[in-house]
Amino acid sequence: MPRKVTRRDILAGAAGAIGAATLAPAGQRVHAQDTTKSPGGPASAIGARSPHEPLARGRVTGLSSRTPLQDLHGMITPSDLHFERHHGGVPEIDPDDYRLLIHGMVERPIVLTLAELKRFPATSRICFLECSGNYPTGAGPETKPELVCGMTSTTEWTGVSLATLFREIGASSDATWFLAEGQDAAVMTRSVPMEKAWDDAMIAYAQNGEALRPSQGYPARLLLPGWEGNSNVKWLRRIELADQPFMTREETSKYTDPLADGTARQFSFVFDARSIITSPAYPDVVEPGWIELRGVAWSGRGTIAKVDVSTDGGRTWQEARLQGPVLKQAHTRFRHLWRWDGSETEIMSRATDDSGYVQPTRAALRAVRGRRARRYHLNPITAWRIQPNGQVYYREEPPWDA
Amino acid sequence: MGRVTPRGMLTAPLLAAALALGGAGILFAGPAAAQGGSGAEQGTPESFGFGRAATAEEIAAWDIDIMPDGTGLPEGEGTAASGAPIYARQCAVCHGQSGEGGVADRLVGYTPETTPPFGPRYEEWRGDGPDVPYSIGNYWPYATTLFDYIRRAMPSNAPGTLEADQVYGLVAWILAENGLIGADDAMNATTLPAVEMPARDIFVPQER
Repeated sequence: MPRKVTRRDILAGAAGAIGAATLAPAGQRVHAQDTTKSPGGPASAIGARSPHEPLARGRVTGLSSRTPLQDLHGMITPSDLHFERHHGGVPEIDPDDYRLLIHGMVERPIVLTLAELKRFPATSRICFLECSGNYPTGAGPETKPELVCGMTSTTEWTGVSLATLFREIGASSDATWFLAEGQDAAVMTRSVPMEKAWDDAMIAYAQNGEALRPSQGYPARLLLPGWEGNSNVKWLRRIELADQPFMTREETSKYTDPLADGTARQFSFVFDARSIITSPAYPDVVEPGWIELRGVAWSGRGTIAKVDVSTDGGRTWQEARLQGPVLKQAHTRFRHLWRWDGSETEIMSRATDDSGYVQPTRAALRAVRGRRARRYHLNPITAWRIQPNGQVYYREEPPWDA
Repeated sequence: MGRVTPRGMLTAPLLAAALALGGAGILFAGPAAAQGGSGAEQGTPESFGFGRAATAEEIAAWDIDIMPDGTGLPEGEGTAASGAPIYARQCAVCHGQSGEGGVADRLVGYTPETTPPFGPRYEEWRGDGPDVPYSIGNYWPYATTLFDYIRRAMPSNAPGTLEADQVYGLVAWILAENGLIGADDAMNATTLPAVEMPARDIFVPQER
């Protein structure tokens, strides 16, 4: 904890740096380093991060990487920190060679270049994108927020509404599903209900104002706001309209949820509400006194209505303040002032969205999903344990199959 | 279809079309400040005319998906015997010599008593025994998906290189190892969609 700075300290500091501060009136110096007496660096083509702020995605494997939720402050995720999940690597696509084919139950099957795609009226929106498998199993106390649920990010996406394209090519009113196919080495395919196309689906070619990053589907991807990441097919090359789902691998043997009752949920597209306190969290060490609890909440069902915070292990709850703008299907920041008395406790958050859905406890989730639940679509309340010495740890959960 | 008048009013035919598409809100996105929107606000023409018509040849070249009823399956045929050497050479390194899994998913592991591999019936059967892993035999609802997926994405170091006969052979080997077809049964565009998968009826559309 910083102690009070005295005039004696300032004078001592100035004396220690006398060589660099010959022009500074000694009594006014508060920095060890004076940046005001010579011009700084020049303008540059690319604005690089401060070398003192080495942000990076977490747990980078060949298949995925995670947004460092604990290191970010706003609702927008910098594009280069957007989480990744790939199934066949990141293809290098020449934009001049890009083609999008739309066919099936349409009057006029069409081939579009990227330039032609961009000529259609554009639409833009801010929303989160989350991996379907954004949950840690077997995580120990030394687990950061990014490892709990860092596979979610929020971006301004710009592109063409699918409704615009489907109107253009005369989509059949008998079509009930469309297939989206990528041009990665997995040739990723998912079936999507046509209702989503008429509602808010788009083909995005821009992310936070610039072209998509290659790892986000450059030059164009499907975007289904609020729906599980895997169905937002990247490197989109083909759309086929049909009157039934295609039953691809990723919507049958993967991304489905076995339940305790013996059935398995299929097409679990919409993400339920979720939240997490990102500060303080492991590996932070806190001191007694005022602490602003900070976190992020989101829901694929709609807009975050409120976030409750508990600082006594879930016995009592207080409503946190939401930081605007609070947008539909977008990360929403929340804050809550709390005075820690130094005794051991657990802190946690619980999101409620405007559909009335309340983020469940792990026990409530497990009662429905059963002991053989797979790691998809899990959104339990996350707790952090604060020890008397101020060390914050992830509160471990028992294994799902225990 | 109708036209948009200078005042932005829809004529009846276009309005009817808009309603058929799921509501007039699709054509008239809300206030300019709202997020998203269809990109088709008032003044939108009936057609932009961008792009070009796709030819039948282009569609045929890219349309590789297989429907559950077998639509899309190519000519060709394979048996477990024809698939076994391909499996040993191209698949076993990741999926195990007998499909037991390795760095990649388990493929084989069906026992009739344990279908599905979760839920109350499973719990009762399992008792204190070890869990039965998820596999193609107990968790894949459609045999056609096997052909679709193997042809498009496998083997992962050289996806899209297998011929139709080879894919049919691999599918036959996997299904036979799971006890779902006979050792000599040939898989082709007619027989594959008819294979009954034990997990076919456990899947229900999302309800929560």
